[in-house]
Amino acid sequence: MSVQDTQQAAMTLADHLPLLQVLVPFMAAPLIVVIGARRLAWGIAFAASLASAGIALAILLQVLDSGMISYHIGGWVPPLGIEYRIDAANAIVLLLIASVSTVVLPFAARSVAAEIARKHQTLFYAMWLLCLAGLLGMVATGDAFNVFVFLEVSSLSTYVLVSMGARRDKRALTAAYDYLIMGTIGATFFVIGIGFLYAATGTLNMADMAAIIRENGADRTIQTAFAFIVVGMGLKVAVYPLHLWLPNAYTYAPSVVSAFLGGTATKAAIYVLMRFMFTVFRPEFLFEVRALDLIMVPLALVAMFAGSIIAIFQRDMKRMLAYSSIAQIGYILLGIGFLTETGLSAAVIHLFNHGITKAALFMGAGALIFRSGSSFYRSLEGLGRTMPFTGFAIVIAGLSLIGVPGTAGFISKWLLVQAAIEKGWWPIALAVVASSLLAVIYVWRVVEVLYMKEPKSAGTRDEAPVSMLVPLWIAAAATVYFGFATELTLGAAQSAADSLMSGFSPVHAGGG
Amino acid sequence: MDWAYLLGHLNYWLFIVMMMTGLYIVIARGNLVKKIVGLNIFQTAVFMFYISIGKVTGGTAPIFPTDMKIDPETVYTNPLPHVLILTAIVVGIATTSLGLALVVRIRESYDTIEEDDILDIETRIAREENREYGDAMGGRA
Repeated sequence: MSVQDTQQAAMTLADHLPLLQVLVPFMAAPLIVVIGARRLAWGIAFAASLASAGIALAILLQVLDSGMISYHIGGWVPPLGIEYRIDAANAIVLLLIASVSTVVLPFAARSVAAEIARKHQTLFYAMWLLCLAGLLGMVATGDAFNVFVFLEVSSLSTYVLVSMGARRDKRALTAAYDYLIMGTIGATFFVIGIGFLYAATGTLNMADMAAIIRENGADRTIQTAFAFIVVGMGLKVAVYPLHLWLPNAYTYAPSVVSAFLGGTATKAAIYVLMRFMFTVFRPEFLFEVRALDLIMVPLALVAMFAGSIIAIFQRDMKRMLAYSSIAQIGYILLGIGFLTETGLSAAVIHLFNHGITKAALFMGAGALIFRSGSSFYRSLEGLGRTMPFTGFAIVIAGLSLIGVPGTAGFISKWLLVQAAIEKGWWPIALAVVASSLLAVIYVWRVVEVLYMKEPKSAGTRDEAPVSMLVPLWIAAAATVYFGFATELTLGAAQSAADSLMSGFSPVHAGGG
Repeated sequence: MDWAYLLGHLNYWLFIVMMMTGLYIVIARGNLVKKIVGLNIFQTAVFMFYISIGKVTGGTAPIFPTDMKIDPETVYTNPLPHVLILTAIVVGIATTSLGLALVVRIRESYDTIEEDDILDIETRIAREENREYGDAMGGRA
């Protein structure tokens, strides 16, 4: 392996990118606390986030160009040492997480100042970076126990971020508490699963585990591990019946936190789920268990419809977006459940597209809240006229949520329908279309509230500040951009599906 | 009855009992502090599980002699699960303290830490919101 040899030989800064990806936000977080200046906090957070987004882009290009990167922490050789193993599948999720954080942070400056108490603002940005580092870490690492540690780093900071909404509504506290209880149960289930895997294979390195399982076949211990890991991660993903923490957490969290988490947190968990399902446990083994056909696909379908229908009947924009998230997670799980390369590409690309769409919509909601003080439809009436730029961005992102041609949402739903037809599952293809029609209804309700009602202060233009409009429009424009320029996302998604299906082998990675 | 099997796996049976006890407390108790305690028991059960995995029959503590003259005959217990659990214990403490901090804040805002009372208060808030912003499916659907 000449690539690895040269990598080992020339240990320049560029070779440490996988570690820097996690380390930059991770070290910047305590830096904010130590400096302790409220004015500097945002700057440091933004710089760290921007740096990690740049690193993520560099890693993605490198992976698409030359295949998988294996980084040995401290020079300890895996399977004993901890390894960061990045192929197209993690690289695209890393890019999504880091760039959502980078785009949302400028929005945070004004929104946080308005929604969070002054004395908490410095620590808020430190928590943000810790959450970012945790999410990036659980995606980048190739060590099963490391996933748990980073999962907890991101979860614990997420609970704090959610509870910061208490200044606006005290229910943020109970939402954070519920999330803590359920999140911890999920993470503990996950760690029990890893314990069983370790007992069965004697290793913690995911690639090594996969090789041993492939060699020895699956026994009862490994099946138990599979069950624990899927349920545990399912809680973090908010698979339909395990979603109860999500609506309250997203509704009562500060607007920026909803935008950040809506775009990233569940996505990182979905990635971990995919990685374990397809790389550690082989797809052939999944067939054996038939867990996907009998559990995952029906649950995904229920989520698609139940989530959408509940979203229709909401009277609060943020809560509506939260339920729509549950429905959209259903689409992603459906793509995974197909167990084909097209299905998996659809899952990966929808994960990416939905991430930016949801971030845009939650930012839009945040901008409306900044002016109106609440996200109830009644207090948003007519705001599309007084805040034309915000309103229009919400409409564009809403179109992407529905999956209208020309937006990013269309690409992923098209691929999903294609995957269903490829498998001959016509009813499911129709179900995807039908539940998209439900999305039309709940997006239309927002449009109706924003444009068809009389504004309370008729005639006066009261646009959101520029620092909010720019990130909002970057995200909204990205949903259109990725609807047309599909080479990067589609190529990366196909390459990701390829490397997920073929395990960690670097042979397939790099194709597009 | 295979007594050797039952007794030989005593740790694992206890792990299951303890795990279920913890999970039951989390679900059944309405007091927020008790829920956290239940969560703690649940997590501690997992620590026990990991430590049990690491045990090698006849193994001794995994410490090499200071003169580094290692007798190849000596069987050592697997130290890796212990190290993992040290990390998990830290995570558990962080979770507990954050949970309790949240309970303190909940007590300040709601003046109670009983789940039923909190639900009552939240239902009342939701009802007021419904009156003000129009009725629809709210609350915890």
